[in-house]
Amino acid sequence: MDEIIRQVVGEHARLATDVSTLGDDADLYQAGMTSHASVNLMLALEDRFDVEFPERMLRRRAFESIAAIRAAIEELTGSRPTTSG
Amino acid sequence: MATRNPPASSSNSLRQDLIEKAHRIGTTVVGPAADAVDREARFPHESFAALRQERMLGAFIPQEFGGQGCSISDLAAICTTLGQYCASTAMVYAMHQIQIGCLVRHGQSAPFHRAMLSQLAEKEELLASATTEVGIGGDVRSSVCAVEVQGGRISLTKQAPVISYGAYADHILVTARRAPDAATSDQVIVLVQKADTRLEQTGTWDTMGMRGTCSLGYLLTATGSAEQVLPQPYAEISAQTMLPFSHIVWTSLWLGIATDAVNRARAYIRGEARKKPGTTPPGALRLAEVMAILQTMRATVEDGTREYERLMHDPEALSGIGFAIRMNNLKIAGSQLAVEIVGRALQVCGITGYRNDSKYSLTRHLRDAYGTGLMVANDRIYGHNASLLLVHKDE
Repeated sequence: MDEIIRQVVGEHARLATDVSTLGDDADLYQAGMTSHASVNLMLALEDRFDVEFPERMLRRRAFESIAAIRAAIEELTGSRPTTSG
Repeated sequence: MATRNPPASSSNSLRQDLIEKAHRIGTTVVGPAADAVDREARFPHESFAALRQERMLGAFIPQEFGGQGCSISDLAAICTTLGQYCASTAMVYAMHQIQIGCLVRHGQSAPFHRAMLSQLAEKEELLASATTEVGIGGDVRSSVCAVEVQGGRISLTKQAPVISYGAYADHILVTARRAPDAATSDQVIVLVQKADTRLEQTGTWDTMGMRGTCSLGYLLTATGSAEQVLPQPYAEISAQTMLPFSHIVWTSLWLGIATDAVNRARAYIRGEARKKPGTTPPGALRLAEVMAILQTMRATVEDGTREYERLMHDPEALSGIGFAIRMNNLKIAGSQLAVEIVGRALQVCGITGYRNDSKYSLTRHLRDAYGTGLMVANDRIYGHNASLLLVHKDE
């Protein structure tokens, strides 16, 4: 799943740095993600993982790192080992 | 983390006291100076001398720092009151309180900012802000300039197209990138002090309305110590405090403009009615209409303020998309209603309201009101909401 998340982040978060150089806990906002880009990232993640982030997850913190995104998606997909995408 | 104000903050007697003082200052100083401030596009010095004397600048600072520890709804009420006398004075007061709000809610963990809160309360100093920047296309959530650190000292140079009342402020809160190699969205707020700051004027302020805010452009260069940077990222301070505070105190003072416009319309109709006792003047129906809209505006502003007060100490909720959309809508609705109400009040007063030299004149109100949808343009805010609505689910 991490690979897919990283791919989606790389395509949509519009980071100032290459996503492959970031650790799982690196702050994506510090890496240059704007709030506008975070909306696009949410939409792309919803599409890719076939989930819908509920209102309670639409928080800055839920998308602040690769690890945070993974936790959010795992919660929505009931931790089932994900899909090849 | 946002910090809690002491519980004394919502005392009714404090609110009454603050509003009475604002009305007293408004009647004796702010109102009488309003036309000159507007005509000369000058800073309302006499208004701020009076507000300082009554210790109104530090009203929101907690009592432990020497302030009065009032609430955000108290501040909103003060802004509405001042807005009835002079929108420029009310706007400067409102912008100052936004900066105070950021320090009170996000500075208390840092010794420098704690000391600053005490100093602000003691000396009733005035805070300005420099958020917009040349080259960012009006997007305050990104910066070109950066905090540069050398041997514990910081320096900062910012091309600010606007620093409202910058020349009259004691300190300025400046947004900048965290470091020279930080992304444009990785911002912090730095409190720079007048003694360490140089403002080189680059722009003028000769506008249709809100003329007394003296929102000139400057090249700002400042130095200081690293502890002057607020510890939390600007993104969090913006979502939890600066944005909701701004929209609440702004719409509150716009409510003041609208309230005074309707008061003038009422006084005009009463005068007409006295001339012909027994008949209702034709404009009375229009007055009834505009009163209903004023009531809607008041409800909108109060609802937004209450919503923020309810969630104020829940940083998670404040950083949610739903809350951001609601606060954005408050600004849009407030600005549209202000223009509509003043325009309708003008219809009630007719040519008498159109004159500059009548006591029912609404020309300043109308010019001031038109600024509300343009400062932080409503279209930009609609654009943000349009983007947020793509993922927002109303629950």
